[in-house]
Amino acid sequence: MSSQRIHAVDVTARNLKANARLSLKDQQLRNNMRSAMDSLISKRIISMPDEDERENLRELGNKIRARALSELPDLLEQLEANLTQQGVQVHWASSTAEANNIVLKIAQARNAKQVIKGKSMVSEEMAMNEYLTEHGIEALESDMGEYIIQLDNEKPTHIIMPAIHKNAEQVGRLFEHRLAIPYTDDVDSLIQSARGILREKFFHADIGISGVNFAVAATGTLLLVENEGNGRMSTTVPPVHIAVTGIEKVVANLQDTVPLLSLLTRSALGQGITTYVNMISAPRQAGELDGPEEVHLVLLDNGRSQAFADAELRQTLNCIRCGACMNHCPVYTRIGGQAYGTVYPGPIGKIISPHLLGLENTPDHPSASSLCGACGEVCPVKIPIPALLRRLREENVKSPKQQPQIMDGQGSRYSAKERLLWKGWQYFNSLPWLHKTGTFFATRLGGLTPKNLGPWTQNHSAPKLATRSLHELAKQHLEKKS
Amino acid sequence: MNARDRILASLRSSLAGTTPIADPFDATLVDEPWRYSPAERVTRLKELMTAVHSEVLLTNSGEWPKLLSDVLAARQINRLLIAPNTTHGQAFSAYCQSVQNPLHLLAYDRPIEEWKRELFDDVPASFTGTLAGIAATGTLVLQPSPDEPRLMSLVPPLHIALLNASQIFDNLYQAQQYWPKPMPSNFLLISGPSKTADIEQVLAYGAHGPKDLIVLLVEDA
Repeated sequence: MSSQRIHAVDVTARNLKANARLSLKDQQLRNNMRSAMDSLISKRIISMPDEDERENLRELGNKIRARALSELPDLLEQLEANLTQQGVQVHWASSTAEANNIVLKIAQARNAKQVIKGKSMVSEEMAMNEYLTEHGIEALESDMGEYIIQLDNEKPTHIIMPAIHKNAEQVGRLFEHRLAIPYTDDVDSLIQSARGILREKFFHADIGISGVNFAVAATGTLLLVENEGNGRMSTTVPPVHIAVTGIEKVVANLQDTVPLLSLLTRSALGQGITTYVNMISAPRQAGELDGPEEVHLVLLDNGRSQAFADAELRQTLNCIRCGACMNHCPVYTRIGGQAYGTVYPGPIGKIISPHLLGLENTPDHPSASSLCGACGEVCPVKIPIPALLRRLREENVKSPKQQPQIMDGQGSRYSAKERLLWKGWQYFNSLPWLHKTGTFFATRLGGLTPKNLGPWTQNHSAPKLATRSLHELAKQHLEKKS
Repeated sequence: MNARDRILASLRSSLAGTTPIADPFDATLVDEPWRYSPAERVTRLKELMTAVHSEVLLTNSGEWPKLLSDVLAARQINRLLIAPNTTHGQAFSAYCQSVQNPLHLLAYDRPIEEWKRELFDDVPASFTGTLAGIAATGTLVLQPSPDEPRLMSLVPPLHIALLNASQIFDNLYQAQQYWPKPMPSNFLLISGPSKTADIEQVLAYGAHGPKDLIVLLVEDA
C-alpha cells in the first residue's frame, strides 16, 4: 500500500486499533457516518418489505453463488472462450503486481497518456492509480465519490459510497482549494462542476477502466451496474476499455443475474435497479460507429484461491459487493472505513482482507467485531460472516508452525503463554480431584484476587469470586433436602 | 506455469473430489412477485420512472411526433440527434417536413472519432427507440446498433425515448426471455436520467449522462 494515499490518520491495516481510537474522537466523521448508515439501513428495508420474498431471494442468491463457485474453473474457462471468440482479450494475474503490469503493457502498446476510471474496487486493490502515475500515465477517477477522495488523497471509506465520510461543506472546501471553484455547499452545483471537468477527461482519455459486477460465462458478457453514467462513459468513449475483476465474479448464465441484480441494488441502495445496467460482450463491431476498438478483461486472483481452497472460507467469495454488511455494522458505523487500512472495510473487509494481505498484516481484523450478527443477517447471499470471523480468529491463534497451513500469516496472534494457560485450564477441568481442591481454595481465598486485571478493569469492575463453589452449594442443598 | 494455468490448477485441486451443485434457479421467485395487468404495466412504469426524475408522456401512434416537437419547442431546443434509418426516425423527420418545423435534425452517420467534439458540445438532445420496457423496475431496454450507437443515449443532456406499451414486460426475467442470442456487443437497461448520491446521499441528477430522460409511451402500439 502506497504511503501517498495515507491521510488524516496513519492508515495501515496493522494499525487498526490505533486508527479506530483516532476515528472515534472525530465527531464530524462520526456524525457523517451515522446519518449515512442510518439512511442506507432504512432504504434497504423499505425496498424489501416482504419478508418471504426477501428471504427466499437471499436463499436463491446464496445457492447461485455457491453453484458458480462449485464449478468456478470450468466457468472461468467458458467465460474466457466466449469472450475471446467475441473479440475480447482475456488476461490472468496471480498478484496485483502482475495485473498492474498487464494494464501498463496495454497502455504502453497504445502509447496512452491518460486513463479514465469508472468505479472499480479491484483497481483499488491493485493501487493501480499510483502504479500508472509512477509510469507517467495520468489515472483519474470519474465516479463522483472516487473523484472527491482522489482529490483529497484519500482511500474510499465505503465500497459503494467512497466519500460518504465527507459532508457537502467539506467537499465544497475541497473543490475550492483543489479546483479553484468558488465555495458552495450546494450539492447540485458541486456535481455540475465535477461533471464539466470530467467530461473533458472522458473526451481526451486514451483508455477507460472499469470493474465488473457479474461476468456471465454462458454468453461472455461483462455486466456493470451504476447510477452516474461514468461507467458507461469509461467503457464506451475511449478507444480501449480494460475491465479488471476478481476471479470469483463469474456466474453461470444471464438468468442468474436477475435475482443477483435485485439483491445487489436493493441491499446496497434500496433501489429496485440502478440507473444503468451496462452489458458488454464485444468491442466495436464492423459497421458500429462507437464503442472501444479493444476490450480487455483482467482476471485477478490475489489471495482468492487461498480462500477458495477451504470449503468454509470459500463462502467469503460469494460476496457481490453490496456493502450492506458495512451499513449495518456497529463497529464500521463508528470508526468509518478508513480506519481498517484495507481496500475492503467493514465485516466483508474483515473476512476478505486476511486472504488478500495475509493475517500477519491484518492481525486485528478478525477480532474487530462484537459478533452481533447483523452483517450475516443482511448479507444478500447469506455469507455467514460471524462464523467466518470466528474461524479466522482460530487461524490467527494457531501455532504459526501448525500444519496444514490454510492462511498466509497463520498464527499472527499466537501466544505461547496464552496457549499454556488454556492447556492448564483444560487439565484443571479434566481432573475431578484437582478441580475440587482448586475451587475449594479459590473460593476461600477469593478476597485475595487483584483489583487491577489489566485491560479488563479499565472498563469493568474486577470480578469477585463466590464464597462457595456451585458444586458445594448443590451438595449442601441436596443434603438439607434429604 | 503461467498465471492462468496456476490459478486454474489451484482452483481445480481445491475442488478435487467434489461435484458441481445442481442449477438452483427458481423462476417463480423472480417472476411471480412482479406480475401486472397490461394497464398496471403502464401505470407502474410511469410511476417508477417519474419517481426518479424521468418524464413519461402517454401518447399514441398518430400524435407522438407532434408531442415530441412540442416538448423540444417548450425547452427551446432546436437541434435533435435522430436515427434516420429507423422507422421512428423517419416518421419524425417526415412530420417535421410536413409542418415545416425549423428543428435541425442531426444524424449519427459517421464514426464517433469524426465528430466527437460536436457530439459532446453541440447536441442538446437525442431521440431513440427502445427494445422493450420493464414494469417491475421502471426500466427501458435499449440495444445500441449502427443506426442508434451506444453514445446516443448517453452524451446529450436530454434523452428522449419512444416506447410501445405492448413492449412493456412485467419484470426483468420475462424481458430476458426475448433478448438476442448471442448477446450484442452492448446491451443496456436504463431506468432514469444519470444520477448520484455520492455527496451526503443528496440526490443530484445529470452526473455524467443525460440530465433529463423523457419517455414517449405509445399506448396503442
